Amino acid sequence: MVEAARRTSPLEGRAFRGHGIVLAPAAPASRLSLRAAEEALPALSKALGLSLPRRPKTSAAEGGRAALWLGPDEWLVIDEQGADLPALAAGVSALHSAVDISHRNTAILVSGKRAEEVLAAGCPQDLCEARFPVGAASRTVFGKAEIVLWRTGKTVFRVECWRSFSDYVFSLLEKAARETM
Amino acid sequence: MAGAFRLPAAGRLDAGRTLRFTFDGVSHTGLAGDTLASALLANGVHLVGRSFKYHRPRGILAAGAEEPNALVGIHRDAARRTPNVRATVQELYDGLNAVSQNRWPSLSFDVGALNDLAAPFFSAGFYYKTFMWPRAAWERLYEPVIRRAAGLGVAPDQPDPDNYSNRFAHCDVLVVGAGPAGLAAALAAAEAGARVILADEQPQPGGSLRFESGAVIDGKPGWEWAQETVARLAAKDNVRILTRTTGFGYYAHNMVALAERLTDHLAAPDAQAPRERLWQVRAGRVVLATGAIERHMVFPGNDRPGIMLAAAGRTYLNHYGVAVGRRVAVYTACDSAYAAALDLKKQGIAVPVLVDARQAPQGGLVEQAREAGIEVLAGHAVTGTRGRLRLSAIEVVPVAGGPQRRVEADALLTSAGWTPAVHLFSQSRGKLAYDAGTGRFLPGTHAQNAVCVGACNGTTDLGMVVEEALHAGAEAAGQTGAQARGATARPEARSPEGWSAGIAGPAPGAEAGKGGKAFVDFQNDVTAKDIAQAVREGMRSIEHVKRFTTTGMATDQGKTSNLHALAIAARMLDKPVPEVGLTTFRPPYTPVTFGALVGHGRGALFEPTRRTPIHAWAEAHGAVFEDVGQWKRAWYFPKDGEDMHAAVARECRTVRQAAGIFDASTLGKIEVVGPDAARFMELMYTNPWARLEVGRCRYGIMLREDGFIYDDGVVGRLAEDRFHVTTTTGGAPRVLHHMEDYLQTEFPHLKVWLTSTTEQWAVIAVQGPRARDIVAPLVEGVDLSDAAMPHMSVRTCRVCGVPARLFRISFTGERGFEINVPADHGLAVWEAVWAQGERHGAVAYGTETMHVLRAEKGFIIVGQDTDGTVTPDDAGLAWAIGKKKTDFVGIRGLRRTDLVAPGRRQLIGLKTLDPSIVLEEGAQIVADPNQKVPMKMLGFVTSAYWSENCGHSIALALVEDGRARMGERLYVPMPDGTIEVEVTSTVFFDEKGERVHG
Amino acid sequence: MLLIYCPYCEEERPELEFRHAGEAHIARPENIAGISDEAFERYFFIRSNPKGIAYERWRHIHGCARFFNAARDTVSDRFLATYRTGEPKPRLEGEGQ
Ligand SMILES: [Zn+2]
Repeated sequence: MVEAARRTSPLEGRAFRGHGIVLAPAAPASRLSLRAAEEALPALSKALGLSLPRRPKTSAAEGGRAALWLGPDEWLVIDEQGADLPALAAGVSALHSAVDISHRNTAILVSGKRAEEVLAAGCPQDLCEARFPVGAASRTVFGKAEIVLWRTGKTVFRVECWRSFSDYVFSLLEKAARETM
Repeated sequence: MAGAFRLPAAGRLDAGRTLRFTFDGVSHTGLAGDTLASALLANGVHLVGRSFKYHRPRGILAAGAEEPNALVGIHRDAARRTPNVRATVQELYDGLNAVSQNRWPSLSFDVGALNDLAAPFFSAGFYYKTFMWPRAAWERLYEPVIRRAAGLGVAPDQPDPDNYSNRFAHCDVLVVGAGPAGLAAALAAAEAGARVILADEQPQPGGSLRFESGAVIDGKPGWEWAQETVARLAAKDNVRILTRTTGFGYYAHNMVALAERLTDHLAAPDAQAPRERLWQVRAGRVVLATGAIERHMVFPGNDRPGIMLAAAGRTYLNHYGVAVGRRVAVYTACDSAYAAALDLKKQGIAVPVLVDARQAPQGGLVEQAREAGIEVLAGHAVTGTRGRLRLSAIEVVPVAGGPQRRVEADALLTSAGWTPAVHLFSQSRGKLAYDAGTGRFLPGTHAQNAVCVGACNGTTDLGMVVEEALHAGAEAAGQTGAQARGATARPEARSPEGWSAGIAGPAPGAEAGKGGKAFVDFQNDVTAKDIAQAVREGMRSIEHVKRFTTTGMATDQGKTSNLHALAIAARMLDKPVPEVGLTTFRPPYTPVTFGALVGHGRGALFEPTRRTPIHAWAEAHGAVFEDVGQWKRAWYFPKDGEDMHAAVARECRTVRQAAGIFDASTLGKIEVVGPDAARFMELMYTNPWARLEVGRCRYGIMLREDGFIYDDGVVGRLAEDRFHVTTTTGGAPRVLHHMEDYLQTEFPHLKVWLTSTTEQWAVIAVQGPRARDIVAPLVEGVDLSDAAMPHMSVRTCRVCGVPARLFRISFTGERGFEINVPADHGLAVWEAVWAQGERHGAVAYGTETMHVLRAEKGFIIVGQDTDGTVTPDDAGLAWAIGKKKTDFVGIRGLRRTDLVAPGRRQLIGLKTLDPSIVLEEGAQIVADPNQKVPMKMLGFVTSAYWSENCGHSIALALVEDGRARMGERLYVPMPDGTIEVEVTSTVFFDEKGERVHG
Repeated sequence: MLLIYCPYCEEERPELEFRHAGEAHIARPENIAGISDEAFERYFFIRSNPKGIAYERWRHIHGCARFFNAARDTVSDRFLATYRTGEPKPRLEGEGQ
């Protein structure tokens, strides 16, 4: 039998480092689009080992795994160690939908003291710390692409987007990053 | 000395920092900090352009953004030629190259000035009246002539090489304008802890303090206070100061658009730096501190170069250190121009006369002028001006009548009063209120969370301006919840000047019509007489007067002229000003480049370019790509020397003889999951789903509620509660939106969820007699035999060692598989499939071959063979409607009278009698090619190709009663002859459909 | 660019994240297959398009992805209320006389 086909990431080889800003593709991760009603949350939280957040624009993270609130019955679960998330969810009998989207999305890490300002080149949300604190996560837009924006640190954001949009998103970030304000 | 008119003791520029520049090829010297206008004036150059309609010589009127006359071209290089730049706004840089506009052959001798002699023919409404008929003359005569003569400046003929930027910004308080009011408001808001953005169009904040010589704030000269305040603000974390930034648009919900100019003032801009940046600011509260704009006096000959606004003359003197003349007369109807006369006098410039239209002006400034020895002629009018390309004298008469006097002067400063700049307030949909006492439109009712302060609010006393602004700033900060950190100390502010009311409309004596044209709107060459004529000809509203005369419709939007025009119309109509109405202010306040509006969205960033995981392979193997929505798809794979026709013919032949491999990754995919998944599918598609077995697939048709085909695709059932739905490439987002709409709002009781998986899977289609041989070695754990895995089935398995969904489906009519693997593995799996394929003589094929092969089988493409008015029956797909179903989206629409009536266009095949002719898609079809025009169209061609496998051309068409016309001869009239066709079935190849089964 | 309060995200978000989705409170008839031509016309084609307060559907498509309803003054563009799908029309001040 053939050996397992290799992986090719959509942003392989891309990187940018400028004054106060670093752009880098995130490592491959496993991702789950999780849909469930309120009743299923305790069981799903237990299975995933984190407490699924119930408040808009929030996230919960636990040892390399995180769940981002995207909608009232929708979460984006990311596991940076590549755990088999669909298998974890499959063990839960409470009503839910778990769809593997590990390869649908890819992510760009935007960090540095100019991160907020560079993201403001395409994201219309108010990203100041008071309105978008560390841990905040939201589906939104960046230029003409849809993204999920997650603030993982004071000056660190993770930008998730569909893989075919990643070239556009990275390029627009890079153009904004090259500008000096 | 940078210019003969530069005064060593005046102004704030550094005499040591000289810059060279050229105007119409003549070299001059200016100073760092100059505008092009101040530098020209310093060199004694007043004539800078020709007017739009009459080509009259024109000079510099203003010292800021309101300038109507001094529009020039700035030429950096072949691609960077910006027309219509206001010389009063363009900052000087070393090597600046400016050219005058609207003149030929030269600025001082212009042939178009003949228009001025023919002026009687160019009166108000000229275009409307003259060019109405005869119609034929439009194309041959009027339009070409008008096109050559019309327009201001010359548009560049090369792509814009600069880059532009965009930022979204959010703040508690946005302050527009950084004069004394804006600075005070920003300071109060910032000190209260609010997030503040302060924007000003000038390179240095200060506003009116740049010319208001007598202003004292906090014990310091006004300008000094302004710069110190800026420094204080700049030191704060919660303040962003944007200079060279114009607030040009005020939109809904407190969004204000600012255009920041970043490089136009630089001699050698950094190539990476954006030229302009558009700021889309969302503010909690907006403080408008946009100031006021001075009006010129309307009198005969008021457009001669050398005549300018009083505050402009002061700005050139007090800020730039430039005397606008050696003998500068003043003509006014308000107090503030007296300060100009005094400032000039102080600098040793002769002020031969100060003409005041008012009978008995009084006040401190008037007295000071008299004390300074200036001859004040109250109750007088200027009735004419002299000089060819530059003012040499003015003619003065008493308003009450009396002898005319000629006064020699090389410049004349005029002021009819100040018009509050309510443009942004008005754009915010605020209602203006007319203050009859002062003859001004002032901010009335606010429509958004905004406040106006200072001159734009009608406040004219500097002390009150500062007080009002501090209060507004603190209040704005408090309103947005900023924690007050103590009130801002209120500095004492005073100025001898009050910007009290003046006059609107023609000055006394101008209406007589003698002594030359009295201009209201300089940029569009509209005179007081034109406005009066418009009213005489029946225009009653200012909106009609505006369109009839074009007053206020030029690029300056009538900043200096609107109130004059309105006053003239009101007087003619004998109505109060507000009843005649003020024209609506619309964005932009000043012209904005397309570049700024487009921002990043040019070139590669115009829109996302989406590529599949297999794109790199296709590129390396010579694919020609086509754009399908945002996707780049491999169109065909030409071998050496092949053209498209040859490549597609080879690909088509090979797929049916051996096999072909196709990248179908762009296909839309939606995972439908939940216990009610089948029930939901029943409602969304015409087909029945309940009894579709797990592991089997079905071709589904989706309708809109009106009964027309919306999308189609193959759906596989992965589990009782899980469907893998495919959509068209272009339809993916709207199909999901459509499904979510019904699920969330009409069928919320269904327990089902939808997830887009379009990009989770790379899809590799393997089609052709050898498809199974190619796929088999790579697949684990699935029996691929026809019995175990027949046509229209799906299996979850591993391919090349990675999890996969393997479909046995066909869009070619051949035995076919579609391998879905997680996208990051797509390229590697494709390479493995390709390696197998090569052993079996397979080709890689593109979208063109895909289209031909499906057309040979009569498979439709939604959006090509359907156009939003085609029902399943029209498309020959009535079989796909579940006959026993009682509900699905579109079920009622399908039963509408017109949709079941005879005579509908039905999809059929067409064969050309000459098999080599390929019809044109979109070509119309008729029954009798000899009938009279307009012919009755029976329908049109939707798809047409050369079919290598059939050996003749094929086409699909929608034709009236098409299925009843089998074998009939129809005709396709084309520009170069009529093509005869025969109506056939839509299936051209393998009519029995045996090949899909192997 | 409007600022729209999403009743699911519980905050105001920029219009770029939303998509307008036509008039609100037009329910799909229960037995749609059996309704008359006139009833279908009313349901599918006829819209009120008022000057003033309009009840309309929006979708926070690039946010929480939920459809919701809004009462917006089409003259001033002011939102008087936004509320979740399935909730009744809110009572608004100055309306309905
Ligand atoms: Zn939302």
